[in-house]
Amino acid sequence: MGNITLNQITKKFGEVEVIPPLDLQINDGEFVVFVGPSGCGKSTLMRLIAGLEDVTSGNIQIDGRDATETPPAKRGLAMVFQSYALYPHMSVRKNIAFPLRMAGMSKEEQDAKVEAAASVLNLSAYLDRRPGQLSGGQRQRVAIGRAIVREPAAFLFDEPLSNLDAALRVGMRMEISELHKKLATTMIYVTHDQVEAMTMADKIVVLQAGVIEQVGGPLELYHRPRNTFVAGFIGSPKMNLIEGPEAAQHNATTIGIRPEHIGVSTESGTWKGRVGVSEHLGSDTFLHIHDTGLCDLMTVRVSGEMNVHHGDTIYMTPEADKLHRFGPDGLRLD
Amino acid sequence: MSTQHSRTAARFMIAPATVLLLGWMLIPLCMTLYYSFRRYRLLTPDRTGWVGFRNYENFLTNPAFMDALVNTLVLVLGVLIITVVLGVLLAVLLDQPMFGQGIVRILVIAPFFVMPTVSALVWKNMFMNPVNGLFAYAAKAVGLQPYDFLSQAPLASIIGIVSWQWLPFATLILLTAIQSLDSEQMEAAEMDGASPLSRFWFITLPHLSRAITVVILIQTIFLLSIFAEILVTTNGGPGTASTNLTYLVYAESLLNYDVGEGSAGGVVAIILANIVAIFLMRMIGKNLDA
Ligand SMILES: Nc1ncnc2c1ncn2[C@@H]1O[C@H](COP(=O)(O)OP(=O)(O)OP(=O)(O)O)[C@@H](O)[C@H]1O
Ligand SMILES: [Mg+2]
Repeated sequence: MGNITLNQITKKFGEVEVIPPLDLQINDGEFVVFVGPSGCGKSTLMRLIAGLEDVTSGNIQIDGRDATETPPAKRGLAMVFQSYALYPHMSVRKNIAFPLRMAGMSKEEQDAKVEAAASVLNLSAYLDRRPGQLSGGQRQRVAIGRAIVREPAAFLFDEPLSNLDAALRVGMRMEISELHKKLATTMIYVTHDQVEAMTMADKIVVLQAGVIEQVGGPLELYHRPRNTFVAGFIGSPKMNLIEGPEAAQHNATTIGIRPEHIGVSTESGTWKGRVGVSEHLGSDTFLHIHDTGLCDLMTVRVSGEMNVHHGDTIYMTPEADKLHRFGPDGLRLD
Repeated sequence: MSTQHSRTAARFMIAPATVLLLGWMLIPLCMTLYYSFRRYRLLTPDRTGWVGFRNYENFLTNPAFMDALVNTLVLVLGVLIITVVLGVLLAVLLDQPMFGQGIVRILVIAPFFVMPTVSALVWKNMFMNPVNGLFAYAAKAVGLQPYDFLSQAPLASIIGIVSWQWLPFATLILLTAIQSLDSEQMEAAEMDGASPLSRFWFITLPHLSRAITVVILIQTIFLLSIFAEILVTTNGGPGTASTNLTYLVYAESLLNYDVGEGSAGGVVAIILANIVAIFLMRMIGKNLDA
């Protein structure tokens, strides 16, 4: 079981309010991802849930019981830290067994659970090594192993992949998703990475300055961002946000159109601009377009190759039904 | 970095320092060795000559020698145990955030700046004196008989004084080591259900093992040659109750005017110190490997 409910929780460090009153419901078995710009309070929120920080006000319920005053060890949650936080002087086996040992479990039971976790995580060959003798990805798996042997109600991951190289990151992303499918345990996951958020999450929580801007499934956030912040934050490259007369034509203060929803041509179209930098990725080409008179820089995605050069004039046509409209308060208009 | 050329240059440049240091060490060592095989008594300086191992024989069969050996080991071990245990506890305490942290830390280091003779005299006259000392005063205040520390328990008193001097050193090294402990490790242990005591035992203490090794090695070197504290407090007495090897060497050469036997004692002390060093490196030296 892993229902977590946050009721009006706030957090102040001294005079600074890092998290203004915040409500959030996390259901059993969900994979919830917290995203947001650096310093927006993702780690703080996770540490509040873990109990490593005290809430200033409000309450936290885990499985319907008030856990606001419960010490971290009693909350039944397991955390995987960004630095892995393995115990360097213990072997992998002892690291994984540590929570069991602290719980006073018998040696045989400990061994059985460690072996089971190690085989799930492909660590069996490394059980007698020290963490210092492992690669980054293996350390990461040991940290996850230490978390799963406790059979927690929920896992908390704070940017667990940020120390890994790109290829390993893709692999570990799949492994964690696999693990979630297998264990069906609630997971809360903090990341900077768009792709991790979009691919892994059942539910994404977008935070800015401690405020939840939107909660929803990845595609919901993509198709129906609730405000201009979410519109600009979710999706890569970023959505083009246009203000002024062009937006007024659509009865809005701001209109948004994603780079992939703009058609381009060298002959004719609704908007006109001058090609700046083009990024060729092989499968796609991203064109940065200047002097449109709409916004500073417009980004357009073209499938495959497009033969344009720096300084060429180009015409763009947005797909009308993919246009997002936002009001003066930045909220979505429908 | 280390091309043939740069290595030659490096050797050339450190040569003067090496020669100076070697001279500094070798000349006294050789002279000690030389005198230890000579007859050289300050009362009869005209009768000289080679005496073979006689000086060594005299020193080793001196009834004070066994006492001095035991006292030296008790002194070193006692001070090591006290400073390491208290040092770890103090370091943990000082690591906690508290009001006036900077001042408290400086106060803790202060004893280290007091020179050994002075601090031993302060302890002897202001604290342990059975008539005027603070301890005697405190004992009288609660109606007890004042205790004459330096004559009743001379070695223990000296262990106390020396521990007081070396505690800051141990605390300081251990404190810096504690501060380098990754706070996420502590938090991970907290989430893993470890009580504060098991966190100390399973995380803090293993983290400190290397620093503790350094403290033990460095302190042993200095503690084997404690002298000033004994000279100004008990003069090695009563009897030989607080005589260590260094003090015995001094007593032989300068109180009994026998430089030859004193030198032999010095050589014996060097050999014993090396034996202790080998034992230490065997036991705890592996902690220093990365
Ligand atoms: N112990 C603390 N004392 C004071 N301020 C803190 C403390 N911890 C965090 N903060 C502040 O709280 C805010 C949120 O920090 P937090 O670590 O939660 O950000 P984050 O979203 O995890 O950022 P990042 O993505 O860079 O990890 C920051 O402005 C930070 O300066
Ligand atoms: Mg963070």
